[in-house]
Amino acid sequence: MESKAHISIQNLNIYYGKDHALKDINVEIPKKKITVIIGPSGCGKSTLLKSFNRLLDSVDNVKITGKVLVDGEDIYDPKAEVTHIRKKMGLLSQKPYPLPMSIYDNIAYGPRIHEERNKKKIDKIVEHFLRTASLWDEVKDKLHSPASQLSVGQQQRLCLARGLAVGPEIILGDEPTSALDPRSSQNIEARFQELKQQYTIVVVTHILRQAKRLADYVLFLYGGRLIEYGPAHEVLENPKEAMTKEYIQGVIS
Amino acid sequence: MVQGGVIITMHKHAIEENVFRVLMIASTLLILSVLLLILGTIVIKGLPYLSWSMITQAPKSGYYLGKDGGILNSILGSLYLTGGATIMALMVSLPVTLYLNVYAKKKSRLVYMTRFAFDVMWGIPSIVYGAFGFTLMLFFGLKASLLAGMITVAFLILPVMTRSMDEVIRMVPPPLLEASYALGATRFETAFKVVVRQVMPGISTAVLIAFGRGIGDAASLIFTAGFTDSIPTSLLQPVATLPLTIFFQLTFDHP
Repeated sequence: MESKAHISIQNLNIYYGKDHALKDINVEIPKKKITVIIGPSGCGKSTLLKSFNRLLDSVDNVKITGKVLVDGEDIYDPKAEVTHIRKKMGLLSQKPYPLPMSIYDNIAYGPRIHEERNKKKIDKIVEHFLRTASLWDEVKDKLHSPASQLSVGQQQRLCLARGLAVGPEIILGDEPTSALDPRSSQNIEARFQELKQQYTIVVVTHILRQAKRLADYVLFLYGGRLIEYGPAHEVLENPKEAMTKEYIQGVIS
Repeated sequence: MVQGGVIITMHKHAIEENVFRVLMIASTLLILSVLLLILGTIVIKGLPYLSWSMITQAPKSGYYLGKDGGILNSILGSLYLTGGATIMALMVSLPVTLYLNVYAKKKSRLVYMTRFAFDVMWGIPSIVYGAFGFTLMLFFGLKASLLAGMITVAFLILPVMTRSMDEVIRMVPPPLLEASYALGATRFETAFKVVVRQVMPGISTAVLIAFGRGIGDAASLIFTAGFTDSIPTSLLQPVATLPLTIFFQLTFDHP
């Protein structure tokens, strides 16, 4: 792998009760690249993504074995502090969930819980990240109106800005455009292309064309197993595994 | 023949529709007339006695009405007592519901048992709460007073408040909580800054329902609140409430 690993997953196994959701995953996610996780629904894509920032902790009966190293630190180490780990990653979910507060407060929520009290600094953070998410021009006159009034596409960009405002190194997207119209999806994809200069991005998608547009690396999961992983053009154009080929051709789904 | 069959079934359907329409209209009318009867009786019988002094003065002579003075002591007593009880209940039920929905495992035995316990408590008649409050008073050496009444009514309305709050907090979509966790928020921050804000209207409704249940109850206060013709100035003084006033007014002979 030409660039350094940012997230390194070693022998990861995840069980929901008796259901073995992820089986022996070993993979290294490179720094400042876009890695796209593809695979049919129910194959464990979202589970893998959520294991990166320990969002599975709150799920009942979940059992996780193996290691997930972020910057060389095992995040499942009992001594690791979960809020610190999550602060390193911004999450975009399938559907945007703005917090029940104003646009401004949505962005300020993260910095505020991480002890940023300086009003001027927060003002700056809010403006900066709304600009990064290319939302500033649309909302600058109504920063203090409820975030729920925005359109779904705007809400997703708000969630992106909100995630960036805590200063993460990694952006996780769990099918982040599945609830959006084509133009808003394009907008989000364009943001990802800009952001990969500074951030490591991992996106789950079931849209192959989106994977082709975005991915530097592609990771194909099937039935909880990692089938193939490598640079995007290799996996998508010349897959080594027969299963990957069949999935890309639409034979299996 | 076939055509005839279709017509007959349509006819049957039409009859069915009409029967149910008539039934529904009849039951609506029945409910409305009962409501009107109650309201009408209250207004017709009560209006002649309603005067300014009725709601601005405490009774002048002894406990009973129909003489000089009014029922200000019971009006204020009801508000004090139920207000205090509502605040007490809220201090328990908000943390309990947040625990059930944010902290505890969703399908754990504890969560199930807690909800079940509150459902059972909801079904306990209020006179039993009164007796329970009375034994508590004896245990702590407390006299029948505003404080004892408040505690008893707080127990009485706790299940109502908790279960109605629980129903709305359960509706909070899990990804909203995840969004907050993903930003590095703790469960505490998520509970109080996101969940409470999201369900604020539901919480106010639960508080109002509980207040309404508490202010109308007489049985739980017969042993615990005492009764008085004056407005209480301390938590340890006895208190009169509106339902108690009605109860004593109807059960005892006028002197």
